[in-house]
Amino acid sequence: MTIAADAPTEAAPSSAPQVYSAPGTEGSVVSYKPRYDHFIGGRYVPPAEGQYFDDISPVTGKPFTEMARGTAKDVDAAVEAGWKAFPAWARTSPAERALMLTRIADRMEANLEAIAVAETWENGKPVRECLAADIPLAIDHFRYFAGALRAQEGGVSEIDHDTVAYHFHEPLGVVGQIIPWNFPILMAVWKLAPALAAGNCIVLKPAEQTPASIHLVLDLIKDLIPAGVLNIVNGFGFEAGAPLASHPRIRKIAFTGETTTGRLIMQYASENLIPVTLELGGKSPNIFFEDVAREHDAFYEKAQEGFSFFALNQGEVCTCPSRALVAKSIYDGFVADGVERIKRIKQGNPLDVSTMIGAQASNDQLEKILSYMDIGKQGGAKLLVGGERAELPGDLAGGYYVQPTIFEGTNDMRIFQEEIFGPVLALTSFDGFDEAISIANDTLYGLGAGVWSRDGSQLYRAGRAIEAGRVWCNTYHQYPAHAAFGGYKQSGIGRENHKMMLDHYQQTKNLLVSYAEGPMGFF
Amino acid sequence: MTASKIDVSPAAAELLRSLAAKHGPLMFHQSGGCCDGSSPMCYPVGMFRTGRSDVHLGDLDIAGTDPVPVYMSASQYELWKFTHITIDLVDGRGSGFSVEAPEGKRFLIRSRMLTDAEVTELGIEPRFTLGAQPLLR
Repeated sequence: MTIAADAPTEAAPSSAPQVYSAPGTEGSVVSYKPRYDHFIGGRYVPPAEGQYFDDISPVTGKPFTEMARGTAKDVDAAVEAGWKAFPAWARTSPAERALMLTRIADRMEANLEAIAVAETWENGKPVRECLAADIPLAIDHFRYFAGALRAQEGGVSEIDHDTVAYHFHEPLGVVGQIIPWNFPILMAVWKLAPALAAGNCIVLKPAEQTPASIHLVLDLIKDLIPAGVLNIVNGFGFEAGAPLASHPRIRKIAFTGETTTGRLIMQYASENLIPVTLELGGKSPNIFFEDVAREHDAFYEKAQEGFSFFALNQGEVCTCPSRALVAKSIYDGFVADGVERIKRIKQGNPLDVSTMIGAQASNDQLEKILSYMDIGKQGGAKLLVGGERAELPGDLAGGYYVQPTIFEGTNDMRIFQEEIFGPVLALTSFDGFDEAISIANDTLYGLGAGVWSRDGSQLYRAGRAIEAGRVWCNTYHQYPAHAAFGGYKQSGIGRENHKMMLDHYQQTKNLLVSYAEGPMGFF
Repeated sequence: MTASKIDVSPAAAELLRSLAAKHGPLMFHQSGGCCDGSSPMCYPVGMFRTGRSDVHLGDLDIAGTDPVPVYMSASQYELWKFTHITIDLVDGRGSGFSVEAPEGKRFLIRSRMLTDAEVTELGIEPRFTLGAQPLLR
């Protein structure tokens, strides 16, 4: 798969089964515990209010474990534990912290298959994605930041002959991180790895739809992390997320999600005068220029795969290429081939390694996608394929499955302008470079984009003209740790990935030193 | 004027009544973007700050509670202004900070296009284009 991590990581064992058993059943490679508390100060702590909530597998629609239901008291305890651990953690050497990250990566790699199956069970995504992409990328992310930290340098600036400015990196302190449900482990690791590398302590709140898989990883690595450096409080946004984001003793808050909550988090951050990083999604255009179809060769097949990538992870990707823009001159043939490809997508049991599209992550997500299919039909868009809930047999009947869907229409329709977060493509045509760019930029968002062309110059000009933080050129859905990721416009503030992330979790300390022998001469 | 841009389903109204009894007066702000984007977020009045960038679509009148104002960012409203929305309720748990999630419920928007008569009555102007100019040619 092209989405696989770029670093070498051991693949699933060759003896891997065709269909994994459900976690906790006979023959399964992994089991969830029946209950997960909060992880505070290096140990599991029951919720202050004593309440728990069910964690539901979208594969079957049935609960499989229960989670502590956190409140402000639990968040307070976690922040306190973080500050208690911070002085010692902040004094550790980069080599010590890098070694910890490397050991975490090794431990995860040794348990890759178990983590992958657990992630599929909680999120609903096909296990082949977890095996080939999510978990290898998460492992590589820890290794990348271990390396980046070791190689990071401060600065020495010679102001004049007697005066020198030294610049040091220092950690922020205790930071808050709120994780989305679409890549529960990978999105957690995107935030954890740079924050830990930089020497911060963390209070992390996983999404209430997918809170357990990060605890399963934590169980494997918790002996490697000093007590209080990483704290996890489970719970609902209103009860635990808001108390964390508004906590007066956090030094930064990072959030991935949607715009209204993003605004609320900035509002809280303004009350405490702390920085935020926000990743708020998009409505990413995927542009196919005329020369793509000049030959029906390997590149054409690659572009066709790029067209199909809206269905990856059931469309539950912030950068889902949910708007396809195809040159008018090649439209009919290219789209016909694309629709055929979509019809060949294998939908089914996410634990089957040949399954290409699994379950939506939750019932409310399913309902929202179906409501948008209704909006598409009402708004005059033409349905080319899909358009319904997918009914699967047996144990899967209660799960949340949607057919991969393509609507043809125009960019002013709501299905072209709002993130559906499902396997739903809004397809239109363009006439020439200028119209392609105009349609691509006619959106409130600017997170991802794709450009496909055999002409390097056109690729470059289009990539630079699109207002988005990540423009994939002749590729899509690759997420290497060494490439910056983040949004223009309403898609957010700040970046994730890349060594620049260390800066997002560090203060700059400047020592301005005079080596002059005598006074300056003012007094 | 009888035309309205917003409405509420009986199930959503019932939950809003019980949430208001617990949390006080409520409001909605329609979200955009990923994850739980494109969903209405419900907050106790005073929790979320609206401003110049928002449009007040109207108030939901629910017997036995204060009116529930509904807002949306002006930029998003440009795309929604020919749409009539009904706030409905489904099972689930959004991952934003919306107040109903701990109840195992999630508010959801049902949409229909406004009729020509409604558009005229509501005095809605046609849409302008959001498109930015290419930065580099």
